[in-house]
Amino acid sequence: MTAPAIPAPPPINQGDGATAARPSRSGGRRNAELGLLAFAMVLVGGYAAAAEAALVGHFSFGFLGPLIAFAGILFVAHLLFRWLAPHADPVLLPAVALINGFGVMFLRRLDVAADAQSGASISIFGGQGGRQLMWTLLAVTGAVVALAIVRDHRSLSRYAYTLGLAGIVLVMIPAFLPARFSTINGAKLWIKFGSFFAIQPGEFAKIMLLVYFAYYLVRKREVLSLASKRFLGIDFPRGRDLGPVVTVWLLSLMVLIFEKDLGTSLMYFGMFVVTLYIATERVSWLIIGLVLFLGGAYTAYVLGGLIGGPFANFHLRANIWLDPFADPHGQGYQLVQSLLALGTGGMFGAGPGVGRPDMLPVVESDFIFAGMGEEIGLFGLAALLVVYLLIVERGLRAAIGVRDSFGKLFAGGLAFTLGLQVFVIVGGVSSLIPLTGQTTPFLSAGGSSLVANWLLVALLLRISDAARRPGDGSGSGRGGAPASGGPVKLQELPTEMIHASGASQRDGEKS
Amino acid sequence: MPEIVLTVARYGFLVLLWIFVFTVVGVIRRDLFAGARSSRLVAAPRGIGPTVAGKPAKVKRGRAARQLVVTGGALAGTRITLGESPITIGRAEDCTLVTTDDYASARHARLVPRDGQWYLEDMGSTNGTYLDRAKVSAPTPVPLGVPIRIGRTSFELRS
Repeated sequence: MTAPAIPAPPPINQGDGATAARPSRSGGRRNAELGLLAFAMVLVGGYAAAAEAALVGHFSFGFLGPLIAFAGILFVAHLLFRWLAPHADPVLLPAVALINGFGVMFLRRLDVAADAQSGASISIFGGQGGRQLMWTLLAVTGAVVALAIVRDHRSLSRYAYTLGLAGIVLVMIPAFLPARFSTINGAKLWIKFGSFFAIQPGEFAKIMLLVYFAYYLVRKREVLSLASKRFLGIDFPRGRDLGPVVTVWLLSLMVLIFEKDLGTSLMYFGMFVVTLYIATERVSWLIIGLVLFLGGAYTAYVLGGLIGGPFANFHLRANIWLDPFADPHGQGYQLVQSLLALGTGGMFGAGPGVGRPDMLPVVESDFIFAGMGEEIGLFGLAALLVVYLLIVERGLRAAIGVRDSFGKLFAGGLAFTLGLQVFVIVGGVSSLIPLTGQTTPFLSAGGSSLVANWLLVALLLRISDAARRPGDGSGSGRGGAPASGGPVKLQELPTEMIHASGASQRDGEKS
Repeated sequence: MPEIVLTVARYGFLVLLWIFVFTVVGVIRRDLFAGARSSRLVAAPRGIGPTVAGKPAKVKRGRAARQLVVTGGALAGTRITLGESPITIGRAEDCTLVTTDDYASARHARLVPRDGQWYLEDMGSTNGTYLDRAKVSAPTPVPLGVPIRIGRTSFELRS
């Protein structure tokens, strides 16, 4: 992450020579997206067909309806992206579509298994799978609308304070609601409307908070990165500069205590610390963040054992994590079943439709990863994780490519948030860390999560569009008056904008 | 459903899944190399890279300024290739050259090209802009190699 003070001219840096070659290249990228999307749809269809054939006992065409609906939604989205974000990254949409498609088809497969006789003839929008399909429609529409409204990601920074405030309010709402409106499975993260519809405001809050974090850190990063004391070979910030990180730490601990969810709390805090790290390029912030979080979590654990109260839930979950088999039929039941499912899957899995996800509690959301793992095995799960990794990588690539600091921080934070969320839930179901009620992005059933994560992807697409736009300078919009006619020469001078942070220590690398 | 079909579906699916992953990686890879090629094509003649900076630029002798070099202050050693658009210097994020200098204003000064000559203009800064010890009050032509001083940072134009 040691970005040189003068970023090497990114691919978009365009001079006199490469003008002709460029438009065809960006067009080619959109076609690559189309090709990958078609491939992803084939995979989703193959999975659905195999699962259904295995469940019903003969090949049936029941899966075609949802598949065509799903593919239709995404192809329309692709066509709109051609127009809205013509230079955006070609990999993001197909990768997300693949995971989302698996989610829909896995949920549909649960419906089919639950009703094996008439299973294959479930209507397109019927059952859990159909519901997820509807949410997908809504989420993709949301992403397209977001891309249409946010034509330039920098315009978001204008609403940084508003969005930050709204984010904090959204995070806090469930904590203040009575438990019957806000608690599902012990985590107080929800706003329930009636018995069938609940939204998770925290999912949206993370994007809003990230806008604010990025905006705030762009303005403060010089102070945070330049003033420091050296200790043990690492630059540590001054005591008074610790204010913001301690504030966010306290807030995330309050989330842990009042909303009883380690994952969400880790998410907000991790988001802030990593944006801080990207802004300042100081490893010390990561160390401070890790120490603060681990210390806080450990204290909460000990307090939970001693006095219970608001810490009891976390204490219980940590205990289950430490020894899931202590009470395999009671408290440890969920995690034990999840581990057994992953173990049954083995290397290559039982095959689509052959597993027994009905044995797993909450397999449609929290444990969907274990449920799929039983059927596609370690090889399949690894492929899914690599797809997640590629999504995150493309997000970070957009962050490197984009030319304004706000965009860099924002894209970096968005990509990292997605990665962290996958880590928290996959780590949870595989018993690497205490299990928390995070949703698996794009995969698990749940409207809020799906809509929020598609919004996140829309913003990444917007930023990568700005980063990869051929150098007409509009991706940066800086440097005084636009070129008055004539050939566009070094209009993209801002490419060479000097980043204040870390400039002083990096003189050596520069020239 | 015959056992063999299920087995084929089971392994075939995994194989396809990994082929997808590698196709994605292939697309990214192509992207990467397209980027590298174009940046070499485009950036090298501008004299950003060390290889070109080392070459004697004797094609145009002296006259045209091609680079703005920071010679003193926190950013010393930094070079900006000059094009045809104005360069703004200051602490504000939207400046072309963002300095960390405590004595610089948010939008401190700018360099504007006019008929091949660069003019230095103070944009109402607090501490003033100096061209070789003389305070700049109106747009002033900047000769090559003459130090421009803003706060604790100094710059000069080079060919």
